[in-house]
Amino acid sequence: MWPRIWALVVKEFLAVAKDPRSRFVLIVPPVVQLLVFGYAATFDLGHVRVAFYNEDAGADGRALVARFSGSPVFSKVADLSRDAQIAPLIDRKAATLVVHIGQTFSRDLRVHQPATVQLIVDGRNSNTALILLGYANTIVSAFNRDWLRTHGGRQPPASLVVRSWFNPNLQSRWFIVPGIVALLTLVIALVVTSLSVARERELGTFDQLLVTPLQPVHILIGKALPALLIGLVEGTFIVVVAVLWFRVPFLGNLGWLYVALSLFLLAVIGVGLTISSLVRTQQQAILGAFLFLVPAVILSGFATPITNMPPLVQALTWLNPMRYFLVIVRGLFLQGMPADLIVHHLWPLALIALVTLALATWLFRHHLE
Amino acid sequence: MSSTTPERSTGTRELSAGARRRMRLAGFVRKEMLQALRDPSSISIAFVLPLFLLFLFGYGISLDARQVPIALVVENPTSDTASFAASFGQSPYFAPHMVRDTHSAEAALRAGEVAGIVVLRADFSRRIWYPNGAPIQVIVNGTDANTGRIVTGYVDGAWRVWLTQLGAERGVDLTPPVVAAWRVWFNPAVRSRNFLVPGLIAIIMTLIGALLTALVVAREWERGTMEALMVTPLSASEFLLGKLIPYFLLGMGGMMLSVAMAIGLFHVPLMGSFAVLFGAAALFLLAALGMGLLISTVSKNQFVAGQIAIITTFMPAFILSGFIFDVASMPRAVQIVTLLIPARYFVAVLQTVFLAGNVWSVIVPNSLALALMAAFFLGNTRRLTRKRLE
Repeated sequence: MWPRIWALVVKEFLAVAKDPRSRFVLIVPPVVQLLVFGYAATFDLGHVRVAFYNEDAGADGRALVARFSGSPVFSKVADLSRDAQIAPLIDRKAATLVVHIGQTFSRDLRVHQPATVQLIVDGRNSNTALILLGYANTIVSAFNRDWLRTHGGRQPPASLVVRSWFNPNLQSRWFIVPGIVALLTLVIALVVTSLSVARERELGTFDQLLVTPLQPVHILIGKALPALLIGLVEGTFIVVVAVLWFRVPFLGNLGWLYVALSLFLLAVIGVGLTISSLVRTQQQAILGAFLFLVPAVILSGFATPITNMPPLVQALTWLNPMRYFLVIVRGLFLQGMPADLIVHHLWPLALIALVTLALATWLFRHHLE
Repeated sequence: MSSTTPERSTGTRELSAGARRRMRLAGFVRKEMLQALRDPSSISIAFVLPLFLLFLFGYGISLDARQVPIALVVENPTSDTASFAASFGQSPYFAPHMVRDTHSAEAALRAGEVAGIVVLRADFSRRIWYPNGAPIQVIVNGTDANTGRIVTGYVDGAWRVWLTQLGAERGVDLTPPVVAAWRVWFNPAVRSRNFLVPGLIAIIMTLIGALLTALVVAREWERGTMEALMVTPLSASEFLLGKLIPYFLLGMGGMMLSVAMAIGLFHVPLMGSFAVLFGAAALFLLAALGMGLLISTVSKNQFVAGQIAIITTFMPAFILSGFIFDVASMPRAVQIVTLLIPARYFVAVLQTVFLAGNVWSVIVPNSLALALMAAFFLGNTRRLTRKRLE
């Protein structure tokens, strides 16, 4: 029996590797996307365009402006002199933040009146606005602390000392790049499997496979093994690039990474083969692949946290294999996740893989009418 | 019988070449239209897909953290620590859990049960009246850097509220010398849904465009019906128009549905005009359908066309369009790459027209870019659609 299965595995593998277009699709886009997405997918702000509208004649206003323009996050685009200049600048996105210091700023400070600095921010990207708010608050707080120190005021009775674990500088790249391991392996496994049975059905070669002495389980192995191998090789490549190129620390155990990656790939392969054997045409298979891929990515916690979702949608994410793998892969990279926590997220993956692979096998036989 | 035949043939000859072309095109469009409408998958792509995706994601994607679980460690409870804890309890952003020691709080942080820890040391009440004040130790889980930063911001807010209350209670002025007054334009409540739902429309339209057309030409080649079409007088342009028009109409239907849901269900304000929205949508749809047709024409093979469509449409639109990751924050080289993504221009128009209004300095350049891309994709598809066998 095994030589036959092996022959099928080799045939399936060659079907992918021998076609130059398929080979191209599986190698070039993932490499390009890894590099581009690794840099593109960031919530960290860099060169935020800021404009200053300083009506204050005193030194304190200038000192506050200097603190903003001295921060590496901000790059100055304009100095304004009239109120009317603010709106066009923000409207056309020439500036994301306008720092407005009123005429009485220095005077208020000297007479110990609260001096106000007005910060106008473009809210079209609410996340950028929120992070900007945090950055600007930090700058204003530092200004306050130093001003009180030099002018003999009393410091606030308590102040925050913030530390961040697992990612001391809160770089979102450390969060996103391990996520890309999950994202790209998901796409690759789906691309390899979701059309394979549908194409053979459309071309009629699947019926030929069914009349061979091969059992449905053997066909499953023949279809799943090449996809698993391709996924493991590309996954390894992405992890290596994440560590060596993007310099994301990997603190966990490599063995666990491969166990988790294999189970994740098997779960996705199961979904891909189920889609492929459920549909009649390749067009429907593509539709099915998208209907799985898009929610699987968006509702996985890749970019937006699952805890922010309403309870009903959160419950839906329990069915999503990517959700579990993301927790594991990020935990292994940044936290050196211990075995008991890994297993906690691993068994649902194994369960999903088992159910979808069994379903696909059953559908090989029973779809024919 | 024999007398009517010559009459008919002269009648046909009297028709101008233009009229014949129109008739031919109308017939082909009608055939394609019927085919598209009879295929349950194109109807479901155009109408069920946007409904399903917008519903799921409109509710599902949010960057607004609410009720963040946080461990509050109070080593020595006093009235000061109680008032501090109360300011966390009142905040809608936190679900504070009182924990007695730092050790178990740290274990909870490691297991991901809490997003952060706030520690008030045993000498807190004594030190708050020292000149330098008491330190409040805050530890956040930085794995998700963005959430870590947002949680830090919320802790900062709760701390400010507490300071103001403390000052009022004790009759001391604790207002800092400089107060920052925030005005967030276009989205005063900083609702992430207002920002994400317009961008989501662009993602969904990208999928619709690619799905509707990525396979249609490849399918004709694979089934051999392309050869059948070649022997008809239909020109290459007419063939493409016939493929384009039905899917364009279906796509615009999906767009209308999405806009209606954004406004009616998710209460995203529409500050600009419908006309601008649909003008930009039409240009974007032409670019997206053109891209699908080009993929299909180049690959001539449904299998490869499908694979390319999966890889080149959704993920670039998701990550490089400004839908969630700000293009302005990306490195320059990546910003240049984003110029190749049609969704990027559409997202910019959608976010502006929904939240800011008809800002022509944003709408015009982005629409021009979309028109250019549509022309590029459709022009190249036209060039590659040669009526001959190889």
